[in-house]
Amino acid sequence: MNFFFEVLIGGLLSGVMYALVALGFVMIYKASGVFNFAQGAMVYLAALSVVGCMEKGAPLWLAIVLAFAIMTAFGIATEKFVLRKLVNQPPIALFMATIGLAFFIEGVAPMIFGSEPRALDLGIVDEPIPWILDNWNMVISKFDLVAAGVAAVLVATLALFFQYTRVGRALRAVADDHQAALSIGIPLQHIWAIVWGVAGFVALVAGMMWGARNGVQFALTFTALKALPVLILGGFTSVPGAIVGGLIIGASEKLAEIYIPPVMQDLFGGNFGGIEGWFPYVLALLFLLVRPEGLFGEKHIDRV
Amino acid sequence: MIKNFKPVLAAAAVSLTMLSQGAFAAEEQFFPLIDYRVGPYGSNGQAFYGGFIDYLNYVNLKEKGVNGVQMTWEECETEYNNAKGVECYERLKSKAAKSAGPIHTMSTGISYALIDKSAQDKLPLAMMGYGRTDAVDGSVFPYAFPLVTTYQMQASAIVKFIKDKNAGNLAGKKIVYLYHDSAYGKEAIIAMEAEASLNKFTLVQIPVAHPGNEQGAQWLKIRQEKPDFVVFWGWGVMNQTALKAAQKVGFPRDKMIGSWWTGSEEDVVPAGDAAKGYMAATWNVAGKQVPVIADIEKVVYGAGKGNLQDTGKIGTVLYNRGVSAAVLSVEAIRKGQEKYGKGKALNGEQMRWALENLNITEARLKQVGATNLLPEIKTSCDNHEGSGKVKIQQWDGAKWVPVSDWIEGNKALIHPLFQASAKQYAKEKGITPRDCSKEK
Repeated sequence: MNFFFEVLIGGLLSGVMYALVALGFVMIYKASGVFNFAQGAMVYLAALSVVGCMEKGAPLWLAIVLAFAIMTAFGIATEKFVLRKLVNQPPIALFMATIGLAFFIEGVAPMIFGSEPRALDLGIVDEPIPWILDNWNMVISKFDLVAAGVAAVLVATLALFFQYTRVGRALRAVADDHQAALSIGIPLQHIWAIVWGVAGFVALVAGMMWGARNGVQFALTFTALKALPVLILGGFTSVPGAIVGGLIIGASEKLAEIYIPPVMQDLFGGNFGGIEGWFPYVLALLFLLVRPEGLFGEKHIDRV
Repeated sequence: MIKNFKPVLAAAAVSLTMLSQGAFAAEEQFFPLIDYRVGPYGSNGQAFYGGFIDYLNYVNLKEKGVNGVQMTWEECETEYNNAKGVECYERLKSKAAKSAGPIHTMSTGISYALIDKSAQDKLPLAMMGYGRTDAVDGSVFPYAFPLVTTYQMQASAIVKFIKDKNAGNLAGKKIVYLYHDSAYGKEAIIAMEAEASLNKFTLVQIPVAHPGNEQGAQWLKIRQEKPDFVVFWGWGVMNQTALKAAQKVGFPRDKMIGSWWTGSEEDVVPAGDAAKGYMAATWNVAGKQVPVIADIEKVVYGAGKGNLQDTGKIGTVLYNRGVSAAVLSVEAIRKGQEKYGKGKALNGEQMRWALENLNITEARLKQVGATNLLPEIKTSCDNHEGSGKVKIQQWDGAKWVPVSDWIEGNKALIHPLFQASAKQYAKEKGITPRDCSKEK
């Protein structure tokens, strides 16, 4: 039983890491109704910017500030050169534009900062907490707890921002209808620049946490793959949904990885395992059948 | 009159120049370089192909080519993408019609995609330490060369290393085989199972789904299993993630031994302190202490012809691996010229013969300044691997340090597996295997 809880808690904490990436998707989708294919690439760019600045001699805090500036500039440039021309175009056009953006980042970022994998030391040790290990014989990492804390703060901040600020309300209005928002005087260009800047900040946080854990390298772009089932489950428009979706996906995939393969082996023979690559997607698909808008997503009703 | 005469004179001069160039141009040995320097694994390719090209340049500068034959090459970027690899091959193969060095793709996937094509086009494919491993049996795969070592022989050598550490007895021990859940990761399972059966240890297989950037469940399972060793077949981000996860569950890194795809600086540096003590197999050593590496830096970079922008990569595992691959390729050219004429470039068929008749001894390695850089190699029709030896190296936090001599895998146990697999392949493809006893 102890092992079950160890896996469960480990899974929940992994889920928080997925949620950090998913939040970036939610930001863009909430404000523009666009699925940002480039979010994984933005995570990579942000982390690469931090280590790139550190290699040029900047201390960590300055590197983070500079990386944030880079991500903000990137957000503004994206609005000016990519999105502005696509106002009132079908969402698929914006989606295609983000695909192009992803390939652009993946190609250009390593040209600027180099492509070799690098370590990012945030000063948080990824080792078991001795007290928990000694008393409960469970491996809970200090790093995972810090990541959970960071995610909680981020979610609370973003939820408050969307709900209670003028900009947040404007973001939601823009997401509902570009044209209507423009007609009542909401400056769409500014709003999009802000939201891409905030998404860049979320990408920076996710990139730093994932980069500190696994190294800063191209594979950070793959973190987006972990975020997709989280979004399907939690809903594309809900900030708390990203967290809850992340927790469910993280816990279920870890439990599945441990407990399903032995059953499959008993039933069919052979060697099963490595199922956590596809299991979350199956779970998300099943969820779609029951609740297409996700746990916390907005139900979309069209007037006929 | 003079006006009309000028163009005629110019044309005659150009023709004469071209004729003289044709008449006196040095022979050239062309290498189709199907490589990768950008994309997800670009960093690995930069070091490997940088080392490879630096050695070719070194031969051109130091001894004016092989018996006067200049080494030339053309690169084509694959981004480690199979489709692009095939595209590059198609683009370069016509240029390799007259003279062809071995093709090194540094990709198992691209090698698989090219194995039939290269045989049809009679262009030799080198797969050093990777690729289709049953191509060790040259009677079925005349144009494919998994030179130096294979995944299976490497796994066997790792088990031998562990066995030696345990006073020659593994009975009752438990070894976890943690692998990338792909064709690459699964290749060594057959060898690990054969070794487990022979040495009476318990083998626990744990796959990791691609890309392997999350291994929490696997390492909790490893913690529960309490193995004596973890043999690790990782790739890309899976390597750093595994090292970090091992640290998280408190598994000692000096009980973890990886394949050569997990044993470069790129694999351990991002993991920081978590990588300290970790071991990995390698078929070439790192460092600038190898005479040829130091001399390349002096001769090639001294002449301003170095291929790497980041000279910090010189002497790294992958850079030295690129040099090793080029040393073997150039030695094959020397061997081929002994048979087909000194000072003449080799075509694909001739190069195939040369690769199949390599005999690079310690003495020869010493002559080319590559003592201990790579193991001795002796290939033949029925053994396209030619060595089967690896060293075990350990990461001390700053550099890779060899901690063993060259260790050969259990050939008697592993090679029959290749032969059986090659036989099956020949049956499926309707290939009549060559009679190796008639090959010279």
